[in-house]
Amino acid sequence: MKNRAAGKPALAMNGLCVNQLRFMQRGPYTFSVPSATVFGLSGSSGSGKTLLLRAVCDLDESSGEVTLDGVSSKTLSAPEWRRRVAWLPAESHWWYETVGAHFWKQPESNWLKTMGFGEEVLRWEISRLSTGEKQRLAILRLLQHEPRALLLDEPTASLDKNNMKTVESFLLEYIRQKNGLAIWVSHDSEQLERVAVCHYALLLGGEMRQLR
Amino acid sequence: MNVIPLGVFELSLASLLVLLLAFLSFRSKLEIERPLLIAALRTTIQLSLIGLVLNLVFNTMNFWLVLFIWSLMLIAAGYEVMSRQKVKVRGAGGFLIGSSSMLVSSFSIMLLILVLVIRVEPWYSPRYAIPILGMLLGNTMNGVALAMNTFSSLCWGRRAVIEQRLALGQTATDAIEDIWRESVRTGLIPIINSMAAAGLVSLPGMMTGQILAGNTATDAVRYQILIMFMISSGTGFGVILSLWLMRRKMFDGRDRLRMRESFHVS
Repeated sequence: MKNRAAGKPALAMNGLCVNQLRFMQRGPYTFSVPSATVFGLSGSSGSGKTLLLRAVCDLDESSGEVTLDGVSSKTLSAPEWRRRVAWLPAESHWWYETVGAHFWKQPESNWLKTMGFGEEVLRWEISRLSTGEKQRLAILRLLQHEPRALLLDEPTASLDKNNMKTVESFLLEYIRQKNGLAIWVSHDSEQLERVAVCHYALLLGGEMRQLR
Repeated sequence: MNVIPLGVFELSLASLLVLLLAFLSFRSKLEIERPLLIAALRTTIQLSLIGLVLNLVFNTMNFWLVLFIWSLMLIAAGYEVMSRQKVKVRGAGGFLIGSSSMLVSSFSIMLLILVLVIRVEPWYSPRYAIPILGMLLGNTMNGVALAMNTFSSLCWGRRAVIEQRLALGQTATDAIEDIWRESVRTGLIPIINSMAAAGLVSLPGMMTGQILAGNTATDAVRYQILIMFMISSGTGFGVILSLWLMRRKMFDGRDRLRMRESFHVS
């Protein structure tokens, strides 16, 4: 990724091998994402996009190395690493009754507003949220630890067009403000055109190919 | 001080009740008659055999013999715990987690009681050591089996939530704190309930037995209180230990959920 993006690589995958179904291995993947950059990734289902993101945030066992600003994931405790390199799964899960219980600190009210919520959202019951509301709240929940690297697994798949645009600009603004970075997985190449500086595709064999 | 002896005739009379219940279950398709009859048969055979063995053992003071019987009891309890799990630990762990936690909790409490509280001479006197371990193991086994089953079933059902919590930077301990609490409670509720109801609703079996055998009620009560304290603490420690071992199986050193690698649904 010498193209377009300037700056030193912030999140670097070095020979990362992902285990799949015990016997199959994907990879090795060697690529990096500089600060203030969105790395676009697509691929048909089963190509291992989610597995790759899970390996990067160290939720699945993998070989090789992932570093953030030169700090290897292995030198931090796993929870600490995941607070810095945060994965947004395609489907969010909630375990308390209300929205607010999932927030350990009050979310910034302008964030809530940007995402289309008022302060009262924290008192809402989870069971009454729509899929789209859940997804937008899941993004706010993910940002509580102010992660530097975001691993976004189809962040707007469950959203309508308006909310999609809202979430796109919100995430880009967050990345710009925090000098963060993201690996953005999407089926929508127009979206990747809008948000990402480059676009790679994961092929079924596990190979990663640059599309632009 | 002698119990009115029961003969084969009296027992057959009582067994008619079980047969009647089985018949009722059969007629109304409750499908519980098979397990009921098998369990009744097992009770009869197992207790008759152990009666013969105990008669022999009570008359000896052989430590090794007592140790041998203890081990058999523990293995049986471990096996029972394992077979009651819906989501089982793969490999030898399925047996070892239950039996090692029962070993630690039941045996240490039994030792404590025999040496410091009852102070029998010698401490392994089979007349005390075998029934006491039996009562401890029986209750600990129920608690441990319930707690382990709750724990692994809940973790299995909520594995997506657990991974979500891990992904948000929680530690393994935090990510399952609600399941952990629920499992400990499930394991301990039966014994807590029976302590709360003792004397009001139920006269526990051992006390009833002593009274039937002609002991004074106050003596019987003291033993019963002792037993209640023993089995509640034994169950509690056993439950916590087994869940701790389960959690170690469930997660690796990097706080990753290893549900599929370490567990399977039976």
